[in-house]
This record gives sequence, structure tokens and C-alpha cells, in this order.
Amino acid sequence: MAVDKLFKDEATEEKGERARMASFIGAMAIADLVKTTLGPKGMDKILQSTGRGHSVTVTNDGATILKSLHIDNPAAKVLVDISKVQDDEVGDGTTSVVVLAGELLREAEKLVNAKIHPMTIISGYRMAAECSRNALLEKVVDNKLDAEKFKADLMKIAMTTLSSKILSQDKEHFAKLAVDAVMRLKGSTNLEAIQIIKKPGGSLKESFLDEGFILDKKIGVGQPKRIENAKILVANTAMDTDKVKIYGARVRVDSMAKVAEIEVAEKEKMREKVQKIINHGINCFVNRQLIYNFPEELFADAGVLAIEHADFDGIERLALVTGGEIASTFDNPESVKLGHCKLIEEIMIGEDRLIHFSGVELGQACTIVLRGASPHMLDEAERSLHDALCVLSQTVNDSRVLLGGGWPEMVMAKAVDELARKTPGKRSHAIEAFSRALVAIPTTIADNAGLDSAELVAQLRAEHHKEGSTAGIDVISGCVGDMAELGISEAFKVKQAVLLSATEAAEMILRVDEIITCAPRRREDRM
Amino acid sequence: MALAFDEFGRPFIILKEQEQKTRLRGLDAQKANIASGKAVARILRTSLGPKGMDKMLQSPDGDVTITNDGATILEQMDVDNQIAKLMVELSRSQDYEIGDGTTGVVVMAGALLEQAEKLLERGIHPIRIAEGYELASRIAFEHLEHIAHKFEFSATNIEPLIQTCMTTLSSKIVNRCKRSLAEIAVKAVLAVADLERKDVNLDLIKVEGKVGGKLEDTELIYGIVVDKDMSHPQMPKQIEDAKIAILTCPFEPPKPKTKHKVDIDTVEKFQTLRQQEQKYFDDMVQKCKDVGATLVICQWGFDDEANHLLMHRNLPAVRWVGGVELELIAIATGGRIVPRFQELTPEKLGRAGLVREKAFGTTKDRMIYIEHCANSRAVTIFIRGGNKMMIEETKRSLHDALCVARNLIRNNSIVYGGGSAEISCSIAVEAAADKYPGVEQYAIRAFADALDAIPMALAENSGLQPIETLSAVKSQQIKENNCCCGIDCNDIGTNDMREQNVFETLIGKQQQILLATQVVKMILKIDDVISPSDY
Repeated sequence: MAVDKLFKDEATEEKGERARMASFIGAMAIADLVKTTLGPKGMDKILQSTGRGHSVTVTNDGATILKSLHIDNPAAKVLVDISKVQDDEVGDGTTSVVVLAGELLREAEKLVNAKIHPMTIISGYRMAAECSRNALLEKVVDNKLDAEKFKADLMKIAMTTLSSKILSQDKEHFAKLAVDAVMRLKGSTNLEAIQIIKKPGGSLKESFLDEGFILDKKIGVGQPKRIENAKILVANTAMDTDKVKIYGARVRVDSMAKVAEIEVAEKEKMREKVQKIINHGINCFVNRQLIYNFPEELFADAGVLAIEHADFDGIERLALVTGGEIASTFDNPESVKLGHCKLIEEIMIGEDRLIHFSGVELGQACTIVLRGASPHMLDEAERSLHDALCVLSQTVNDSRVLLGGGWPEMVMAKAVDELARKTPGKRSHAIEAFSRALVAIPTTIADNAGLDSAELVAQLRAEHHKEGSTAGIDVISGCVGDMAELGISEAFKVKQAVLLSATEAAEMILRVDEIITCAPRRREDRM
Repeated sequence: MALAFDEFGRPFIILKEQEQKTRLRGLDAQKANIASGKAVARILRTSLGPKGMDKMLQSPDGDVTITNDGATILEQMDVDNQIAKLMVELSRSQDYEIGDGTTGVVVMAGALLEQAEKLLERGIHPIRIAEGYELASRIAFEHLEHIAHKFEFSATNIEPLIQTCMTTLSSKIVNRCKRSLAEIAVKAVLAVADLERKDVNLDLIKVEGKVGGKLEDTELIYGIVVDKDMSHPQMPKQIEDAKIAILTCPFEPPKPKTKHKVDIDTVEKFQTLRQQEQKYFDDMVQKCKDVGATLVICQWGFDDEANHLLMHRNLPAVRWVGGVELELIAIATGGRIVPRFQELTPEKLGRAGLVREKAFGTTKDRMIYIEHCANSRAVTIFIRGGNKMMIEETKRSLHDALCVARNLIRNNSIVYGGGSAEISCSIAVEAAADKYPGVEQYAIRAFADALDAIPMALAENSGLQPIETLSAVKSQQIKENNCCCGIDCNDIGTNDMREQNVFETLIGKQQQILLATQVVKMILKIDDVISPSDY
């Protein structure tokens, strides 16, 4: 009687086995969706938005794919969420984390069907995750002290990251770009200082790293196009009408003459302001807000280069590179720090004219100019490069490095297998399952490359039976190869994050035995 | 039904539009109510204990919550049934009052209802059942006091407190690092506790979460963390020995609240107005500088010009800080919140040993840490975790742990957990039942049976044979006269909860029994449910 109407209309409740089934299936569906993008021979996906214009994105970045999906299954949402966090936190490994979590759940499903309690599985997974982490920790290489080697490591990591992306054709070129850019940051992880400008046209190879700073703006009319030894004032101030901000102020006049007077006063005020700015002894003025024609003309008269409407990030970055401060008042010129650079000039990239600041004081920031055939290509290139930059900047802080190509997974699997043998009780099944899930990653990489995965992984396992093996899957030649020789490396931090978040997510989904879905909020029909 | 006749035999209507209402009366009403109460309890039953499972809840907007906190599950469940709503309220009041045991109280109420149903079938009047329950709950309440242990701790010896918090946390998803989280919770509570008055203001503990990192990175900060950054990107990121001006007035031109107009009709007026404006900004900054502030925290925004002036005068500032955070900062730093620039004096400044800005991850997330405050009575727990749901769940779990620690400081009596207290009460109630003449005896006995439901659910969730385990533990309690025997959920190998260090607070348990009894009494007394029918 009353029991079946416990919830509001349309709210649904799924219990026990059914709930678990629903979440397993949802999570595995998501994992299978991104699975084919894993590894250097992974394929891309086309995403078409439902919005106006049906804009198209081509990508193989796990986080980007999952972000754009509209998902209804709550368990699938958990996976999307971990991939997003992975992206925010380390930038790379967004696909791996989802695939691993999916595999863990796939194995868990088998165990649950064999009547093992989810809590037992969880405790087994936990032990296994801890053990894998320790196994990795034992094998890490840290070359922080040796600058040469460290740079080589970074280079390898960048190449490995990029090899699965669209940039793989020119990965050496881009790896070098990324490493150079990150090295300039000198240990800070503030990727804002690296600006990426996309300009369609040309080929990917023509992309370059510029040591200076490029501002995607035009120089005002009649102002010098080239300034040497520039003194730059970076400002955030209104250069349009500069109204009086006191609330309620308004102009009320009774004759035309008065209007004219006030207009003159206004102009005078602007002229004063411009004069004050010029008094700083500058020859370049960059403002975040608009500069009207009148002050622009005044600047031109004074031979000062005025750039209007630089975006907020641009301003901050410019201040960072040139070492100046962002000013909004101009009354005491002696105490405002000005930015300096050797040369400002207008340059052409493709059809567009950009302003180029070179020889800047603080070498922290730099600009990467990407060239490519189409905007889609450029977008994907930017995402790939962003991944590489993120990984590199994290590696600079935590310089521990592992080999790639399925090597870490095999090392972990080996350690976990040993643990399973030592553990008494039902947990050992879960631990074994964990190791199977780990092996699924090299299997997927091989599968995606069209190789005989069963054969390869078996060979790999045999290789790894030897102590200190460095074997991994060499996708290019299609056989087991020495990862150390091939120079395929990955950052420890990325692997660790993949391992921990995937286990955490799998654990969360496993613990659920009931799903209660509220009725979706009705949208008002706006006809 | 609801039709009466006046003295002339004419019918008149008591209930308006009765055709459109559904109505349940008498035993049917009670049965229906009991059934829905039990349905709610059944949902929560599997979440009880350290091996309890979680529930996944999807809100109307599609957000996913994963939790095993009873109060949260019920709150988000979008319940329509009236009795079910009562159960939701029950769990919520336990949450407000005690903070922990929200699942247990509902399971308890469900068990009481189940027992009542059987008695109703035997023809016992609901009021008699209610009275019997009342008597029994009083017995249980007193018995709990009897078996409770005083438990010694001090600011230096916090180990017992940590143990108790660990019991609370062990049923949550965070049990992987329950030790460190329990330590954090206890230290946080002790930092803000007033041991003299035995009172803790939990408002002083701020729980802040940020996605990313590991759960192990969760930390306790003796100070405040504000999810904001410096108003100007070039302000210093670290300030030592900061003197903080806490303002609730914007660095903007004045806006009198009365309606007014400033008319400009001459050039002179225009000029003066402009100068005034400039002077105004300058004055504001100068005032802050004059009193010796080295950091400004403001509730409102800054004008661009003011922002630069602050930067220029080397006065770092944080803008758009929320009201609650502002208060916390004021408490922590011993400063006063200043609503007007004119009222700024050196005494009103807060002090902090170190203020720094910290960046996270690859996105531009920055937070401001205010540490080593003059008055370290406000602390922040900063949670990291793999994903948003994890952080939300950790927040809830920590809230429970904080509440437990607070309850212990208020009243340091504990009972042993793992169902041992319930079993012991059940034995005591059972024994007392025989002394009561009358029908109540049956109700009291039923109450004793209902108390067994909690250890039973614990055993069931841990994968043990519920009836077998419970009877074994019960007989052990009687045989050894040891009230600390409970269900061995974690398969440690001993039934003695003293050895397993599983405690719960006395008031938490007492409250559970009282609240559950009260709600059940209320439900039993309903004999007529009138609800508008569906349209």
C-alpha cells in the first residue's frame, strides 16, 4: 500500500545486485568508449556539439572527450569526474585513469558474481594499490642533480606524452619546444606564463617557441612600429572618457556654451592624464581597457607606442615578462616600476600582424606559436601541447621518472601477483584481479596498435620475470623492446595519480548497493 | 464516513470535498504507516557499521552524491510519504543534536515499528504499546548510564579521543586513513575547545576542500584558508607578521544610501569633483597605511585605481572575502571588523604570523593561508581527494568525527560500540519486563527485541550469520557478566570491544534511543491519515 509510494513521482530506486549491475555497466561503457584512444596508435574521436553551428572537435584527449559527453549514469559520472581531476592535477593520463578504473570494475564484477563480498574486494584492492605504489617507488629514477640527464629525461617524457597525440609526426620538434618552455619557468608550475598563440596556415613544423613575448594586437595608427630599448608602462585604466566615479554625479547645464566648456575640461583632464603617463619617461604604453582616438593621437604625437585592449591574461603576463607593475594611477612617476625590453616590433605571422617584445628582462615567460592546416588541428595541437607542458612542469617539481610503454604496469602486476600469493583468505582473489586489471593497459595499447596482444603481453610477462628488466611494448616495431634504449619515459607523478585515483573511484563505485535517482527537475517550456 | 446528521436527520459535511481525499483509518492507517517507516529503515539498514555499503544518489539536477551518512541519504532522497518524512526529520534531529549515529537511529526506529506491528496484530492497543516503549526506553536509558565508563583525557593525552573518532570514521569511505583524519579532527576540536566550560563552538572549525592530491594530503591548519587570491597579481605572495585590517567597506567611491544627485554645471565643479575623487582614494589607502596595516582583507571589491594605489603603497589586499570567512579571520587574528575607514585604529588590526598564497595543480587555483594567528582559536581542515564526491563525503565524515569529539569534551562518558551497548540494554530491558504487570510487559519485551536489531544489522552487513552471532554474543555477555561484548565486524578475532577500542559516546547512544522511541510513539498514535488524492 503506502510503501510503494515512498518517493516522489518519477524518482527511481535500484537495489542490491541491480544497482551494482547498473553502475558496473555504466562505468565499463565509459571505459570502453575511451579505450581505443589509448597509446601511441590510439584513434581519435569526433565530437559534435549540439549547440548552434554543431561545432566539431577532433581529439584523443580522454578528459576532453568525457567532458563533452552528456551522461545519465551516476557511476559513469564518477569516472568522468576522476578524469577531469587528473587533467587539473597532472594534465596527462586522463585516458589511462578511466581505462584502469573500468578494468578494475570489470574484474570486480567477476568476483561479485563468484559471491565475494564487495568489501572484501575493496580491501584486496587497497592492499594491491599500496603494494603497486611501493613497487613503483622502488624503481623510480631521479636525475634531479644531474642537469644534463634531467633534461634528457624531460625530453623523453615529452616525446612519450606527445607520441599518442596528433603531434606525433613532429614530436621531437614539439618536445623540444615544450621542454624549453618549461625550463624557462625555472621550477614554477605557473603555466600561464607560457602563452600559446594559434595561427592557421603553414604546417605544424613551422610552429616555434619565441623567447620574447607576442601580443596579438595591432599598433595604433601613426605610432612607431619599432622601438629599441623600450620602456613599457603596463596599465589598467580607463582611457576612454574617464568619468567621475562619485555616485549620482551628472552634468546639468543650461546653455550650449557650458556644454562646450565642460567638454573642454574633460579633454583637458584626459590630456593631463596622458601627459602624466608620458612623464613616466616611457615610449610604450599598454592598456587593458580601450584607448579612444583622442588620447591615442596624443600618444602618437609624443612618439609613444600605445596598445589598447590587451586582455587581462595578456596584461598579467606582460607585466611578468617585462618586470613592470600594472599601474592604475599616474601621480608619482618616480615610484612606478617600468618594464623594459630591448626591442618591440611588429611582426607578421601568416597574414596577421602581431607585436613582438624581445629581449625582455625576466626570461620566465615565453610564447609558443602554433601553425597548422586547420583550426581543428590547432585546437588538438594546443591540447596535446598543454598535456605535455603540464606533465613537464609537474616533473620539474617531482623529478622521479619511470619507463613507459607498459613497463610500470608490468612491474606493478608482478609485485601484486607476489602479494596475492602471500595473502591468505578471499582477499587474494581481489589482489589477483587487480594485477589482471593492470595488465589490461599494455594489452589495450597493443590491441590499439593492431598487434597480437595476447602474445606480446605473455612475452612481456616472461621478460619481466627477470630481475631489473626494462622491457615494454615497442609499438613501432611491434615487438617487446627495451624501453630504456628506446627512450620511452613517463613521470612518476602521473602514474601514481592514475593508480590512486582509479583505485579510489573503483572503490567508491563498489561500495554502492543502492541507487536512488530523483526525478529530473522539469524545465519550464519557454515557447 | 465523515458524514454526520443533525437533530433533524439532515446530513452535513465535516470534511470538505471528501471525495477528493484519500483516507485511511484505524488499524489500516497504523499498518500503512508502519510499513512506510520500515521501508525507510530498510534502505539505511545496509549502511550500518564498518562494513556498511554506500548509496548513490542522483539529484534532480543530475549531480551524484555517494555517501553512507544516514542524514544525508534521507535528506537527498526526495521522499513523498508523510511517515517517511517523519523518519527524515528524526535522522536530521540526531544530526543536529549529536552529529553521529544518524543511520543507527533510523534503523532502531524501524525495528521498533516492526515489533509494534506484531503486537498490533495480537490486538494490543497502540497507546499501550507506546507506553510500554516509553517505560522500556527509560530503563535502557538508565542502564546505559550504568554501564557507561568515564573516560579520562586531557590536552596532552588525546589518544582516547582519537580512538573514539576512529570508531566513527571506520564506517565511512575514508577509513583508509582514519587514523590521520581522527587525529586531525581531535586536534581541531581541542584547538577551539573551551575546556573550562566544556564547550566547543564548531563554527570555529572551517572545513575546506579542494579537488586533487590524495586523501593523505589532508591537513589541519592552525589558521584560516581563504579560497581567494591577492587582488593584484604583483602583490607579495608571502607576508610575515602581518597586521590585518578587516574591512567591510569597499575601496570605491562613496555611495550614500539616500538618494541624491550631484549636479555639475560649471567647469570648476567638474575639476573639484575630480580632485575630490582622487583624494578620496588616496585617503582610504592612507588610512590603512597610517594605522600600520600590512594586509587588507575586504568584503567588497576594489576600484582599479584603488587597487593600484594599494599595490603602489605596498599594501597587499584580498577582496571579495565572504562574510563568514571574514568573521573567522577576525576571531582567529584577534582583529575587529571595521565598517568604515574612519574607524580604523591600530587596536582593531588582527595579527597573524604568516600569510601566504599557495597554488595548486595545473589550473590557476590559488588559496590564501593565514597562519600563526594571534588567537589560534579558529582552525581550518583542508581536505584533498581524488574527486569531488570523495571530498564531499570526507567533509561529511569529518563533520561526524568533529561532533563526536565535541560530545566527548562536553560529557566524557562512553559506552562500548559494536552493538555491545544495545545487547546489554536488551538484556536489561528483557529482565525488567517481567516485573511489570499488565499489557505493557509485552511492549517492553518487544522493545528488547528491537534493540537486538542493531547488532543484527551489524553482523549481517559484515557477512556473519546474524542470528548465530547475536545469540553467541548475548550468551557471552550474560555468562561473563561483561557488557563490552559486541559484534566483531572487522574479523579481528575478539568480541571484547575494550580490546578493539571501539567506543561511542554515551549521549549519542542515549539520544538515539530516546529519539527513536519518541518518533515511534508518535507514529503509533496516528489512527487517521487524510491526504489529498492525486490529481
